Amino acid sequence: MSVALSALEISRALTRISHEILEANPSSDLITILGIPTRGAHLAVRIAASMSQIAAREIPVGMLDITMHRDDLRMHPPRPLMPTSIPSSGIQGRDIVLVDDVLFSGRTIRAALDALGEIGRPRTVQLAALVDRGHRELPIRADFVGKNLPTSTTQSVKVHLTEIDGIDQVVIEDN
Amino acid sequence: MTVKGYLIKNAQMPDGGIKDLLITDGRIHSLAVGINDATATIIDAKGCVVLPGLVDLHTHLRQPGREDAETVLSGSRSGAKGGFTAISAMPNTSPVADNAGVVEQVFRLGQQSGLLDVFPIGAVTQGLEGAALSEIGAMADSIAQVRVFSDDGNCVFDPLVMRRALEYIKKFNGVIAQHAQEPSLTVGSQMNEGEVSAVLGLKGWPAVAEEAIIARDILLVDHVKSRLHICHVTTAGGVEIIRWAKARGINVTAEVTPHHLLLTDELARSYDPVFKVNPPLRTQKDVMALREALADGTIDIVATDHAPHTMESKECEWQEASFGMLGLETALSIVQKTMVDSKLMDWAQVADRLSTAPARIGGYSDQGRNLEIGAKANVMIINPSASWTVDKDLVVSKSRNTPFHGYELPGVVTHTFFNGMATLIDGALINSGGSE
Amino acid sequence: MRHLLSISDLSKAEAVSILDTATELARVSDGAVKKLPTLRGRTIVNLFAEDSTRTRISFEAAAKRLSADVINFSAKGSSVSKGESLKDTALTLQAMGADAVVIRHGASGAPQRLADSEWMLASVINAGDGTHEHPSQALLDAFTIRKHCAKGAPDLAGIRVAIVGDVLHSRVARSNILLLNLLGASVSLVAPPTLLPVGIEKWPVDISYDFDAVIPSVDVVMMLRVQQERMSNLFFPNAREYSRYFGLNSDRLKLMSPHSIVMHPGPMNRGLEIAAEVADSARSVIVEQVSNGVSVRMAILYVLLAGQSLEAGEK
Ligand SMILES: [Zn+2]
Repeated sequence: MSVALSALEISRALTRISHEILEANPSSDLITILGIPTRGAHLAVRIAASMSQIAAREIPVGMLDITMHRDDLRMHPPRPLMPTSIPSSGIQGRDIVLVDDVLFSGRTIRAALDALGEIGRPRTVQLAALVDRGHRELPIRADFVGKNLPTSTTQSVKVHLTEIDGIDQVVIEDN
Repeated sequence: MTVKGYLIKNAQMPDGGIKDLLITDGRIHSLAVGINDATATIIDAKGCVVLPGLVDLHTHLRQPGREDAETVLSGSRSGAKGGFTAISAMPNTSPVADNAGVVEQVFRLGQQSGLLDVFPIGAVTQGLEGAALSEIGAMADSIAQVRVFSDDGNCVFDPLVMRRALEYIKKFNGVIAQHAQEPSLTVGSQMNEGEVSAVLGLKGWPAVAEEAIIARDILLVDHVKSRLHICHVTTAGGVEIIRWAKARGINVTAEVTPHHLLLTDELARSYDPVFKVNPPLRTQKDVMALREALADGTIDIVATDHAPHTMESKECEWQEASFGMLGLETALSIVQKTMVDSKLMDWAQVADRLSTAPARIGGYSDQGRNLEIGAKANVMIINPSASWTVDKDLVVSKSRNTPFHGYELPGVVTHTFFNGMATLIDGALINSGGSE
Repeated sequence: MRHLLSISDLSKAEAVSILDTATELARVSDGAVKKLPTLRGRTIVNLFAEDSTRTRISFEAAAKRLSADVINFSAKGSSVSKGESLKDTALTLQAMGADAVVIRHGASGAPQRLADSEWMLASVINAGDGTHEHPSQALLDAFTIRKHCAKGAPDLAGIRVAIVGDVLHSRVARSNILLLNLLGASVSLVAPPTLLPVGIEKWPVDISYDFDAVIPSVDVVMMLRVQQERMSNLFFPNAREYSRYFGLNSDRLKLMSPHSIVMHPGPMNRGLEIAAEVADSARSVIVEQVSNGVSVRMAILYVLLAGQSLEAGEK
């Protein structure tokens, strides 16, 4: 096991991502941040708070559970559904930034795009990930990345967050 | 095949003694230690128990009418496999055995098989309908010489019909074998009424429906001074009533089935109809009371209620399925397991409960004799220290509905001799009997 | 978990998880989303050997909202009612490639026979068997009770429920008693002694023959349907007498505690076990039970089917 990102590095990465999102979206009143449960949702809250401070305006944040849209449901035991909460401004015509902890095969993001499509039609959909570990199986890329971590498929990347795990750090484990 | 006879060496007699037993000319020729006979086939029975051939007072052979489930021949083969030398064919065939024609037909089929005695039981009432008496006298006088009458499957419910039947059979010392089931308390009943039926949502079959008829008929038979036999007692309460009657000297006998000595209504939780039987499996408390009653003689005999059914009558919903289980091939093993291995009975008592007493009740004079010189050689051998695993696909019966599939049971029946002729040797049927 | 035959198949955690999942699904279907792709390509057969339009429609709606293909094999006009054996029906469903069979059957234990047999491999969901169980009804009832009475708790601890009427013949009662106990509620049964099963002493319930005495102390009054034919079988003298002692009328409604609710699995006999004005009163959640049924059945299908492993060769 090796630590890939410390608490301080995570904090810096999220701040940088917050700035980058605002720079890429000049009309900041149209941005909505949606985290993918569970850890992506916590990251989304942190990014939205940071962006709200930088932009001096409230950035709407919510979460989007994609369980029912996964294409690998039959390969795993059923998992409990996570809540979905869409801010009152909705997603129609807005610039949605999806937030996930680790970008890997891309299948989670595909499911998230499907789930979004059921709810409405955003103006744009962008993607922020704390870690991009490669090995994509679909033509999906992140617009905002905390850190690129080249890994082998035999390794696993674990993101720990204080809200759930009591500590902020990203570790790589050899299986 | 011509043999000069069979010499059974070093066998344990029912009383525990070790002797040799020589069978020639259909009879027990000699019985002593150290018999030698160069012409006889020698059977080494060391460690085995020799008993008089088993006698079943309650067998369903399905012929005529449902030959796809069992025939007189296939049931006889099943009986020989289980150590029986006599079985009693219940009359609920199609047509019903309520006249001399049908009982003579069944009797002749039994004789043709030549594997054991088949004694037909006559119906008490025409068509088993409980209303008009069947031709009881004609059946008694037929070549089948019927002495046991029963509407088994149905209860002779009308008290006047029961009274008249009990009186009528006194003429030839017959006996009425009652299937004790109060009909209006058991409409649509599926299993024992109690904790398990409440959970399963299967219609209950109260113990009182059995006990009420036992009590009534005991009072009736005492009044008319006839002979009553209670089929397949299943409840602790029924045992108590019979115990009371016997203490008063009332002429009543009773039977218990092997399955009611072992199985309980808990098995219905599987909803597998192989456990659906009439009367139903009861509780552990009842099972223990039945074992005790068999040991102390309150219950006189074990009878199999061997009830073959085709696959389709059991491969369905519980409430659609037929009642009944196979019994002949597993009976003695179940009795050994529940009564002998548990030290409740010895082998002499087994010989009484499965041979002597049922033959006496049925009036089968050449059956159930003590092993003594000159008696017809109806004899069987069991190896009580061997065990076997019941496999429904390997039973001799035409049907497969044994509730003991997969059970490892003690006691392997190795030999059966019917009137001196071997029908089972080393566990294999050697004379398949007549043609179907 | 492969089958849902009885509430006794569920652990407390599994039961709570089904209710939680249903809660999320209810929010999804309340919003713009009418259809989820979750069970796309899966085949669910509604095998209804006994008529029950409402339960069938509820399962059908649940399956369709999860994008499953639904085949209805209903009683009228199908082979089920023409004496085809359960075995042959099962072999047919297997040949059709059913992933799940939702079965309603008049014989207690028929779903378990299907599940235990080697006739077919599909998941079996009991949608009501004889007088045995009706687990999906109990789950939707628990869902409804939790929503109204649990004050945010995940289970039903401390909630008091009276189940009133023909317990003897009620599959709804059997499943509810098991589930309510599993989730920590306390249950009182109120019925004439003739309509309580022998052996009930062993059940974890209180028993009363006095409806009026029980009403003020419970949070939920769950009425059971009384079938008219019970009268001819001597279970009670006549409808009038049954209603007088065990019917929920407006006088009894006044005895109920302030936040308590009235439930009924339907279909109701208005005027027999429940008065029309009670069924339509503000305390009644009977209509809501029906709408909750779809979310709860979606949750059941999700839990049973979503994790089902793939056949060999498929990835
Ligand atoms: Zn009988």
